[in-house]
Amino acid sequence: MPDPILRISGLDAFYGDFQALYDVALEAGEGEVLAIIGANGAGKTTLMRSISGLTQNKAAMVRYRGENIGALRADEVAAKGIALVPEGRQLFPSLSVEENLIIGGQVGRKGPWSLNAVYKLFPILQERRHQQSTSLSGGQQQMVAIGRALMANPDLILFDEISLGLAPIIIKDIYAALPGIINEGMSALIVEQDITKALSVSSRFYCLQEGRVSLEGASATVAREDISRAYFGVA
Amino acid sequence: MEWVNAVVQGTLLGGLYALFAAGLSLIFGVMRLVNIAHGDLIVLAAYLGLSATTLLGLHPLAALLVVVPAMAIMGYVLQRAILNQTLGKDILPPLLVTFGLSVIIQNTLLEAYSADPQKMNAGALETASFSAGGLSLGVLPVMTFVIAVGVIAGLQWTFYRTALGRAFRATSDNQEIAQLMGLNRRHIFGLAMALALAVTAIAGIMLGIRTSFDPSIGGGRLIFGFEAVIIGGLGNLWGTLVGGVILGVAQTIGAKIDPGWQLLAGHLVFLIILAVRPNGLFPRIGE
Ligand SMILES: Nc1ncnc2c1ncn2[C@@H]1O[C@H](COP(=O)(O)OP(=O)(O)OP(=O)(O)O)[C@@H](O)[C@H]1O
Ligand SMILES: [Mg+2]
Repeated sequence: MPDPILRISGLDAFYGDFQALYDVALEAGEGEVLAIIGANGAGKTTLMRSISGLTQNKAAMVRYRGENIGALRADEVAAKGIALVPEGRQLFPSLSVEENLIIGGQVGRKGPWSLNAVYKLFPILQERRHQQSTSLSGGQQQMVAIGRALMANPDLILFDEISLGLAPIIIKDIYAALPGIINEGMSALIVEQDITKALSVSSRFYCLQEGRVSLEGASATVAREDISRAYFGVA
Repeated sequence: MEWVNAVVQGTLLGGLYALFAAGLSLIFGVMRLVNIAHGDLIVLAAYLGLSATTLLGLHPLAALLVVVPAMAIMGYVLQRAILNQTLGKDILPPLLVTFGLSVIIQNTLLEAYSADPQKMNAGALETASFSAGGLSLGVLPVMTFVIAVGVIAGLQWTFYRTALGRAFRATSDNQEIAQLMGLNRRHIFGLAMALALAVTAIAGIMLGIRTSFDPSIGGGRLIFGFEAVIIGGLGNLWGTLVGGVILGVAQTIGAKIDPGWQLLAGHLVFLIILAVRPNGLFPRIGE
């Protein structure tokens, strides 16, 4: 495996007294695409929050390019080149479509992504650019959320359930766009309920179960029974 | 004609109330903070203006050049050092802390300047007037109104046309996601308070030229500002101006009927509007 861009070890994460992650370990290589799968409440979103700084933990639990970032605030993590497409899209309702994209570029990192590049990827957004983001369909909102993350020109991008609540045809479109998004050296973590989808776009996967890593391996060769066991915890 | 005059004078007075209200509206809009000390900060600005005129020999309007930046810096420091610590799910801590701040400001002003009413001396400006359409208009009230319109227009422009305004709106929408965009909300809140107190500085100076003031009048200014914000609809800056004007007109018309009714009439109109339209006249859409 190439040098890891992200190395998580011994990660415990909490909501108040409630522990959501237990001793999670995970590595992503430069340019690698990982799938994170797991049932509802397994801790996938908590893992995304912990990497992006929305949930702050002990510094050494999350290492990014050799630097301990586990205790940084989300804005500091963003500046280092990690972007999150959050679960449920979470666009800014007071901002137009274009403003949602522009604010994604606020961190000021250089790279291939710009307003024009995003509009080229999702032409419909250019047509709708002056509209309120809440007036878009679910699929278009997801495009804005993805575009907003890309505008930061991240080196590591986190997708949390980008197909949640979307029609199958839209999901197909968005996954068709993914290879064009995760190009040249960008690394990605893809959280997804749809296991087949997740495995098809990733090289390796991690399965979470009740806050722990229950299985990890190569996406192409994993046996379905093993995943079922790791997913639902049935022996 | 007397009634027309009352309406016109009330409208001009409304400009001053809009200045009281704009800062209040801004910080509530950005960080959902109700600043109980807002009125006292207006009075503090008036006293800073007074000191600038007496110590530096400046005209009160020139004192704006000193007081506006001073209040803005104070706002940023106040927010970063104290108020950010109080913000969270619970709305009580910021209320208590700004109430405490209100008491501290009043007592400090009392120590520094005594309880005697004071006034800034703006020379000929105070009494200058011109006639228009058969009415005699004071230059100062007209100037205050024009400044209020300018301030509201400037804030509106900042909010909807600048990167800072975009950051304000995004942070107001969703603090966590704004943080993901690389915006440190503590800094953004600091900037919002700086801007709010810069406006408060203008309000304080215009107040201090128009009437005499003493350390105890902050509470009343807070109420006027608060009423203007609510009448206009939370989060709507032009609505705040309209709210100020409605309050000002209600007060001058009340005073015309019976001088003792000035404040009462304002409060009554406020209560009636609150009863009929609990979200104010022009609430921000979607909230
Ligand atoms: N804000 C919160 N406060 C308290 N507990 C929480 C909070 N958010 C999540 N949890 C709990 O933490 C655990 C992990 O939740 P998380 O959202 O990370 O799961 P998930 O794998 O993303 O699930 P889903 O597939 O439903 O999105 C769950 O038991 C959940 O109830
Ligand atoms: Mg989740």
